[in-house]
Amino acid sequence: MKDAPSHPHRRACLRLVLGLLAVWFSVSFGCGILFREWLDANAPQIGSAPFGFWMAQQGAIICFVILLVVYAFLMNRLDAKHGYTEDN
Amino acid sequence: MTQDHLNFIFIGISFAVYIGIAIKSRAGSTKEYYTAGGGVSPLANGMATAADWMSAATFISMAGTVALSGYDASRFLMGWTGGFVLLTILMVPYLRKFNKATVPDFVGDRYYSKLARGVAVGCAIFICMTYIMGQMRGVGVVFSQLFGISITSGVIIGGAIVFFYAGLGGMKGITYTQVAQYCVMAFAYTIPAIFIAMAMTGNVLPQIGLISHYTAGGEAVPFLEKLNNINTELGFAEYTSGKLSTINMFCITAALMCGTAGLPHVIVRFFTVKNVSAVRKSACWTLLFIAVIYLTAPAIGAFARVNLIEKLHDTSYQEAPYWLQEFEETGQMAWIDKNDDGKIQYYGPAKSAAGTHAVFQGKKPSYPILEATDGQLFGKHGQRLLANKVDTSNPNELWFGNDIMVMANPHMAGLPMWVIALLMAGCIAAALSTAAGLLLVLSTSISHDLMKKILKPDLSDKDEVRYARVASFLALAVAVYFGINPPSQFIAKTVAFAFGLAASSFFPALLMGIFSKRMNREGAIAGMLCGILFTFGYITYFQFLDGTPDQYLLGITPEGIGFVGMLINFAVAFLVSAFTPAPPQEVQEMVENIHIPSGSGEASHH
Repeated sequence: MKDAPSHPHRRACLRLVLGLLAVWFSVSFGCGILFREWLDANAPQIGSAPFGFWMAQQGAIICFVILLVVYAFLMNRLDAKHGYTEDN
Repeated sequence: MTQDHLNFIFIGISFAVYIGIAIKSRAGSTKEYYTAGGGVSPLANGMATAADWMSAATFISMAGTVALSGYDASRFLMGWTGGFVLLTILMVPYLRKFNKATVPDFVGDRYYSKLARGVAVGCAIFICMTYIMGQMRGVGVVFSQLFGISITSGVIIGGAIVFFYAGLGGMKGITYTQVAQYCVMAFAYTIPAIFIAMAMTGNVLPQIGLISHYTAGGEAVPFLEKLNNINTELGFAEYTSGKLSTINMFCITAALMCGTAGLPHVIVRFFTVKNVSAVRKSACWTLLFIAVIYLTAPAIGAFARVNLIEKLHDTSYQEAPYWLQEFEETGQMAWIDKNDDGKIQYYGPAKSAAGTHAVFQGKKPSYPILEATDGQLFGKHGQRLLANKVDTSNPNELWFGNDIMVMANPHMAGLPMWVIALLMAGCIAAALSTAAGLLLVLSTSISHDLMKKILKPDLSDKDEVRYARVASFLALAVAVYFGINPPSQFIAKTVAFAFGLAASSFFPALLMGIFSKRMNREGAIAGMLCGILFTFGYITYFQFLDGTPDQYLLGITPEGIGFVGMLINFAVAFLVSAFTPAPPQEVQEMVENIHIPSGSGEASHH
């Protein structure tokens, strides 16, 4: 993790992974745990559910699925851009 | 047609399908045995992985856990799904590119050390063994309820079925059987939830029902508000707020996530698809299929809690619904008339001076021996009496196990018999699919990592599969033994072990192995050992020795300590590797190479 990746493909991948991890952290640990109480009190409700509670029990999971779809799509595009595609 | 007949028909049909698939797709070579030949489609692998991942405990007890602890149960919901994000974007595409059949293979080659491989094999065997014991017990319990046989025979029958298709069919047989099992599980879980959501909230989707209005009581009120009010009236914490401290929630969720990303039996699933881009697609499908069940569980839990309290609290025993007696008979519910008014009362810990809501002393109900006179077996209202001492410090009279929420839900909601039969088939599918997947990892750990790579390097392909089959038989025999004689207290506590160990050993070792070229053998081994020893020691001290909660480090329970162990592992590994020589050139090249996604070929076992 310390070494600076030299290859442009690897650098782009790392940037994408770190970006997705930031979203992953903020939807689960951020909204669902660390700032839950504040969000419960201040953020708009989802239906009749307090925002933080809903994120912890439903929203985070939905975001995870979306994250993986985005990951698969962007990574495969990145591979294609750098000429690493394979036939499926 | 009775319920029993329907159960038999549903389970019989599902079994015929599983066994048919297993025979049709049995494995011939080591490649097929370990990784199904590497040609499984991403969609099929996604379903199979989802079925593998969701155990009987998840299927039966998770909704119950949510029902009992409300917000606090989010740690399981987020932990067991969020781990897949880590697994997918940090681990499996690279491990798939590395192109070996098992996780200890990667650890052994990347850290050019037999010791590292040995530690990895030990951890893999321990983690899988812990899990599979619980699965065999689960199969036994369901069988014994269905066929009215003893739990012992139930466990043995279940073991024989698992051996038949996991031991003989290998990864190929298992994968295609699990696809069928996932379908059974998904229908069995969601159909009752849809019926109940319609009855209670007028919405078809349970997830929408959870956040909309409760309409069954005449006037429409926000569902979660109603649930909060019921809870606080009875003396429980608000459903949507929870009791765990923030730091504890954080650590437990983190330990479960990192543990998930380090579980060997989940990682190997992704070696069965064609190439790196297929791995990514397959992981999307997997999480989607898992989410179908994990998004339904909070809804089932919340509905069941309202239903249970509405139907039972302050109802006289004579007028209570029929299923109360049925579950009393099977020992899943119990009622002790503490105030002798013939009515069932259900209160939370806030209604008692001692702050508990235990009905009786001890964890589970125990009953008088069968030869006892009727007066000792049944109370004056006809209720089943317990042998436990009554806990008189609080007014709560109703006990129920976690399993009850999923199993009793269709009864509570008055659903048709075929739904209940489907649910039974789903339970068995959940237990069998997980047991089979674990058994495979156990047998390959022994035959491939231990026999071929450490003890007998000249083993031929054919002998290796033979060893794998023998190993799976032995592993199953041990699992069946512990399924029959469960180290009862032990099983629940070892779950903390399995995730804590995976988080504090595999996860950092794999992550550093993939992303750091500089990480060397000395650093990784020192890190793994420190992480494991710290986690192991902490859990042992508080779970098995006389540690008390006020001694917790920063208030972190043993459940969440794997996260701290993981941080220790990272810190030690970087420190040690900074002062020891860099890994050899060819290992550094290997690390460089796994980041290039193309050219993974078929997963090999060499």
